[in-house]
Amino acid sequence: MNLDARTYQMYAKSRSKKSPVFVDCLCAFLAGGVICCIAECFYRVYLHLHIPENNVRILVPVTMIVTAALLTGIGVFDKIAKRAGAGTLVPITGFANAVVSPAIDSRAEGFILGVGARMFVIAGPVIVYGTLASVVWGVIYYFLHKGGIM
Amino acid sequence: MKGLILDFVFVFAVGGGLCVIAQLLIDYTKMTPARILVTYVVTGVVLTAIGLYEPLVSLAGCGATTPLTGFGYALARGAESAVRERGLVGALTGGLTGTAGGITAAVTCGFLAALTFRGKPKT
Repeated sequence: MNLDARTYQMYAKSRSKKSPVFVDCLCAFLAGGVICCIAECFYRVYLHLHIPENNVRILVPVTMIVTAALLTGIGVFDKIAKRAGAGTLVPITGFANAVVSPAIDSRAEGFILGVGARMFVIAGPVIVYGTLASVVWGVIYYFLHKGGIM
Repeated sequence: MKGLILDFVFVFAVGGGLCVIAQLLIDYTKMTPARILVTYVVTGVVLTAIGLYEPLVSLAGCGATTPLTGFGYALARGAESAVRERGLVGALTGGLTGTAGGITAAVTCGFLAALTFRGKPKT
């Protein structure tokens, strides 16, 4: 087949798969919704077990993190994430996966600069900018609180 | 029973909705997952600061606290309560105190997983 560059480009464009944004979004919506509902179930069960609410607020994300870590370890998380996209990334499960996955994969590089450093490849920036934002808000809140506004 | 179903509808809709926004950002702006997560956490802090996130949490519970914006909510809430308790120093201690459980759980799980599971060979 003899094709000049432009014809080829048009041909390639017509054959390339269009990004199915709608399907992506639907998968993300369903996966994200289900994950949050699972978290809500844990929340209610823990409260039902008479665990104090301030502890439940910590235990629920911890439960989700441990579950996501196990699923990452046995290789199931990646299979779900491939379909779910942002649906597994955005909930706290995505944060757990971002810590656990590089930790497992970089063991060959040693425990200090491999596991210890690589687990923060994505979690590091999240913690850095989240903490910075909370410091800024803390300082503003201090003055608002002192001024009797909040 | 009806109230319970309605509660879960809100949890599902808000949690799923926050994921859809991220999916649109991935599909249309080619933002990397790391950028999305950072954006979500900072957005969570900002929305909490201007008082918009608390109503979402009382409406949707874990639908609002489980996405990473909820991590930002915990950071901001931690900073507020620490500032009330110990003044300006609280701005330095509050954020990480509020999220210590989650971060420590993730680090512990990461280490234990590295001990337990074998990584895939890089292709």
